[in-house]
Amino acid sequence: MLKAIGKQLYVLWSQVVTLALVFTHLFKKKDTVEYPDVMPYMFPRWRGRIILTRDPDGEERCVACNLCAVACPVDCIALQKTEDENGRWYPEFFRINFSRCIMCGFCEEACPTHAIQLTPDFEMAEYVRQDMVWEKQHLLISGTGKYHDYNFYKIAGKAIGGKGKGEARNELPPVDRRSLLP
Amino acid sequence: MVKITVDGKVFEVDPNNNLLQEILSQQEDLPYFCWHPAMGSVGSCRQCAIIEYANDEDQRGRQVMACMTSPREGGRYSIAAAAKFRAQAIESIMTKHPHDCPVCEEGGECHLQDMTVMSGHTYRRYDGKKVTHTNQYLGPFIGHEMNRCITCYRCVRYYKDYAGGKDFGPQASHNHTYFGRFQEGPLESEFSGNLVEVCPTGVFTDKVFSKHYSRKWDLQTAPSVCAACGVGCNITPGERYGTLRRVVNRFNHEVNGYFICDKGRFGTGYVNSDERIRVAMTRTTRDANPVLTDPAAAKAQLLSLKGKAIGIGSPRASLESNYALRELVGAENFYAGVSDVEFGLLNQVLDIYQNRPVNIANIKDIEDSDAVLILGEDLTNTAARLALAVRQSAKNLAKELAEQAKFPAWHDAAIRQLAMGRKSPVYILAGHATRLDDIAKKVHIASAQDSARIGFAVAHALDASAPAVSGLSEAEQALVDSIAADLKAAKRPLIISGTSSLEPALLNAAANIATALFDGDKKANLALTVPEANSLGLALLMQGSSNTLGKALSSGKKTAIVLENDLYRRAPSAQVDAFIESLDYLAVLDSLQHPTGEAANLVLPAATFAESSGTFVNYEGRAQYFYSVFKPVAPILASCKWLTEGKKTQEITAQIAALLPNGEVLNKLTPGPDFTVAGMRVPRQQHRYSGRTAMRAHINVHEPKQEQDEDGILAYSMEGVPALKDSTVFNTPWAPGWNSNQALFKFETAVGGPLKQATVGEHLIVANASSKSWYAADVQQVSGAGYRVVPLYHLFGSEELTARSEAIQAKATSAYVALNPADAEKLGLGVTDGVQVQHNGSVPVLLRDSILPGSVGISVGLKGLNFQNMSATVELNKANDWQTPKDWRSSNIIVSDKRDI
Ligand code: SF4
Ligand code: SF4
Ligand code: SF4
Ligand code: SF4
Ligand code: FES
Repeated sequence: MLKAIGKQLYVLWSQVVTLALVFTHLFKKKDTVEYPDVMPYMFPRWRGRIILTRDPDGEERCVACNLCAVACPVDCIALQKTEDENGRWYPEFFRINFSRCIMCGFCEEACPTHAIQLTPDFEMAEYVRQDMVWEKQHLLISGTGKYHDYNFYKIAGKAIGGKGKGEARNELPPVDRRSLLP
Repeated sequence: MVKITVDGKVFEVDPNNNLLQEILSQQEDLPYFCWHPAMGSVGSCRQCAIIEYANDEDQRGRQVMACMTSPREGGRYSIAAAAKFRAQAIESIMTKHPHDCPVCEEGGECHLQDMTVMSGHTYRRYDGKKVTHTNQYLGPFIGHEMNRCITCYRCVRYYKDYAGGKDFGPQASHNHTYFGRFQEGPLESEFSGNLVEVCPTGVFTDKVFSKHYSRKWDLQTAPSVCAACGVGCNITPGERYGTLRRVVNRFNHEVNGYFICDKGRFGTGYVNSDERIRVAMTRTTRDANPVLTDPAAAKAQLLSLKGKAIGIGSPRASLESNYALRELVGAENFYAGVSDVEFGLLNQVLDIYQNRPVNIANIKDIEDSDAVLILGEDLTNTAARLALAVRQSAKNLAKELAEQAKFPAWHDAAIRQLAMGRKSPVYILAGHATRLDDIAKKVHIASAQDSARIGFAVAHALDASAPAVSGLSEAEQALVDSIAADLKAAKRPLIISGTSSLEPALLNAAANIATALFDGDKKANLALTVPEANSLGLALLMQGSSNTLGKALSSGKKTAIVLENDLYRRAPSAQVDAFIESLDYLAVLDSLQHPTGEAANLVLPAATFAESSGTFVNYEGRAQYFYSVFKPVAPILASCKWLTEGKKTQEITAQIAALLPNGEVLNKLTPGPDFTVAGMRVPRQQHRYSGRTAMRAHINVHEPKQEQDEDGILAYSMEGVPALKDSTVFNTPWAPGWNSNQALFKFETAVGGPLKQATVGEHLIVANASSKSWYAADVQQVSGAGYRVVPLYHLFGSEELTARSEAIQAKATSAYVALNPADAEKLGLGVTDGVQVQHNGSVPVLLRDSILPGSVGISVGLKGLNFQNMSATVELNKANDWQTPKDWRSSNIIVSDKRDI
């Protein structure tokens, strides 16, 4: 019996403490910000609006491998591979239907070139749904995004304009197919 | 059958196959690279290592390569115990592999990717420098990226040993080994495209596909049949974003096995062509400009011609479309859409198949034969896939020797050593040198008529009751004796002839030889090639009718409907001109623009094979159903849908089934329009198909309803039960861990055996004659002034539709005549001169040693000459004011006897 009364008193005390604590918050700094007058700090790895980035040389990073598209659980990425006169693959078109995107970030994880990246920009609302369909010219930025150094074509074995066979990182010069020397 | 234990599981396996093949046949996973079901084993890649135990007590065992081991009774093996070795083997293979997957056409269907994952090599430890290679230009079909090679040697074994290519091979040594042409340039083989599927990596890739590349998982596919020749190879075309992207082989052990020819693989560009007819049009007069017409009104107009018009069918349209037209105009008004000569020949083929004691040879029969006689066919250019099969038949002597020496048949390299170049006999009688001459025991160049006479004589030599021929020269008689002796000695002799020489006596001679070989019990193999995908289908539909095209052109009727046909390719131009002139109203249904369509009052856009479903009947009389790969863009419709009112394709098929003798087999070609698996239709798209909610979003962000296929069975969707669970209708092979085409074995009843699908096609022709009867040995020798015409066919360019594809054009040439150098000299012709062909154009001349003096080879179907305007002999003259046409590319004519001066 005494034990039960003690427990009730404890509960009461705890509520008083809580009220007091809340009261002290009146004098603390606010966590809520006056958005949109004040912009909150967004962490760099926040998964917001998707961009396509460029490599350190300023070339389009995306090689149109289609891995983001296949990884996308809602199938909202569509693109078509094409290549330039020197054999460099890039997307002829690249489309994201943001009205379907669930900001899961799978595309970024799947991308072997760091081309597609999610950014802290979350202000994506539109009045017209059709405006949420973004093409390459809307997605492609002029910088490298979060990953500054990676340059896929410098590592891949495929020759492109300005990089011949044997000129990628860690490659020997092309072999002479007429030679039998060891 | 022997009993073996693999990792505790007990299997009954065939001791004549190697262990790898048998383990795969049991649906177990075991990595491999160099072994290929069609090419046997050489044991070079060390990927299929397993542990073999000496007995039940043995705990250590010894490592063996499964592909180089015969299963032994009671044998105990372990796949798991050799896992570490396989991971090491692949790790060393991968040390020089480039970081290319994202920009590699093989990615996503790469056997190397699959095997690397399967072997457990996931992290690269080697950080030394990588060996690199320069690439070669290999022509318009095949891309080359040598860095990706894993030196499995499959390409060489396919290209040289299997397909007989001479311009390609391994070079350099050790880890520098290089696979390519000895000199940079286009690959010569007509079967080079199979390299794409044979090479387990991205070294050889489909260049035509790469131009509008899509990953395998993004392609919408359906089981289809190649529309480019009479063999009817099974293919899987793939579509993305509304255009046809590529064609790959679809396994059918009775028709094409693992391989197809380059025309079939690279020749479908016309489906996406700018020359497609995409709208319904009307013209008031012949020369007026076409006016866009409402499709519904156009259809009503077409159907209103019922009873008034004659209909001209087509050997390249489906059975259903031909039948629909026949129904519309009435059987008595339905005419053959082939030249009169060809119609006669096709009827003759049917007659032989139906009434002679022969076995109609499928590809397996051809590959298995141990003596072959080819009568007047340039197989490589008229029925390419059969040429590849004949090449395999020449290896049967080697297999026999191996059997005597108690060598297993899969031991590829050893068997080749054993045979030392000895081959089963192949005789070729033709009007000119052919691409199979290198495997022939004897090539005899003669006119089709003389070849027929030799053929009749062979029949007589085999069976004295067959009609004899007189007046053979000594050399001819010796040849006859030699052929007859080899055919007689053979266990599985094969005769091949066909319609391409345009000589009825040749077909009769072939039939007589096959009949003579019939011993009352076992029928000899006979294959008669036909020109187009549905030539025999049209012939069957018209059997008993005498409605030749010639009769149609002179029927006097004022209204005509022409189905998927350019009449100028079927009859002399003057005759067609007069016919069209005489008409009041001409309706044409076709997919591509052509001169007949340009003179039509009503033009309806017809779907190609890729956008429609239907049945083709191949050279064997085998009916095969092809499913539409993607929905045609309205108002394009399948011809049979234009010609009927709201009928499902299979309903039309069922009507044909009721019409044709033995037609009921047609109903077995599909499981019927109501077929579902677990309540769903068979998906055309793979479960990984991407971009569904974005591909049309730029047009409208609200996604439309999925396209519906009113024919049922397959759906334009990714929803459905995977093929592994039910492959009644089998689409693209895929199995967990097996993303490449090597997944196929999961769908075969045993490796190399039939697929677990409902049908491999059905024989419409019942060949059950069992008594001997003979064709008279009558040969009508050609007479007339001028040069005797020998038709020259081109795999790339002779066929009407594929010739409109960019990739094929790059390998084709414009029309030409081929002359013996002696005749050219007589005519005062140099290699740069042109020849004026009687009743026809002026064309360049090609000097070929094998063309007989007094004959002239005339290209068929190439731009610049109309073969239909040719008589049996033509006068030739040196052309005045000659200018070489810009499409003339003699380098694309690959023959051994060409004089390059
Ligand atoms: S974030 Fe997720 S849903 Fe959005 S595009 Fe990327 S993969 Fe698709
Ligand atoms: S995964 Fe990256 S490189 Fe590949 S298509 Fe997408 S954005 Fe481009
Ligand atoms: S061959 Fe296969 S593993 Fe190699 S780069 Fe191409 S896809 Fe990747
Ligand atoms: S090119 Fe391809 S098939 Fe040829 S050896 Fe290399 S990996 Fe094998
Ligand atoms: S598959 Fe057996 S060694 Fe290559």
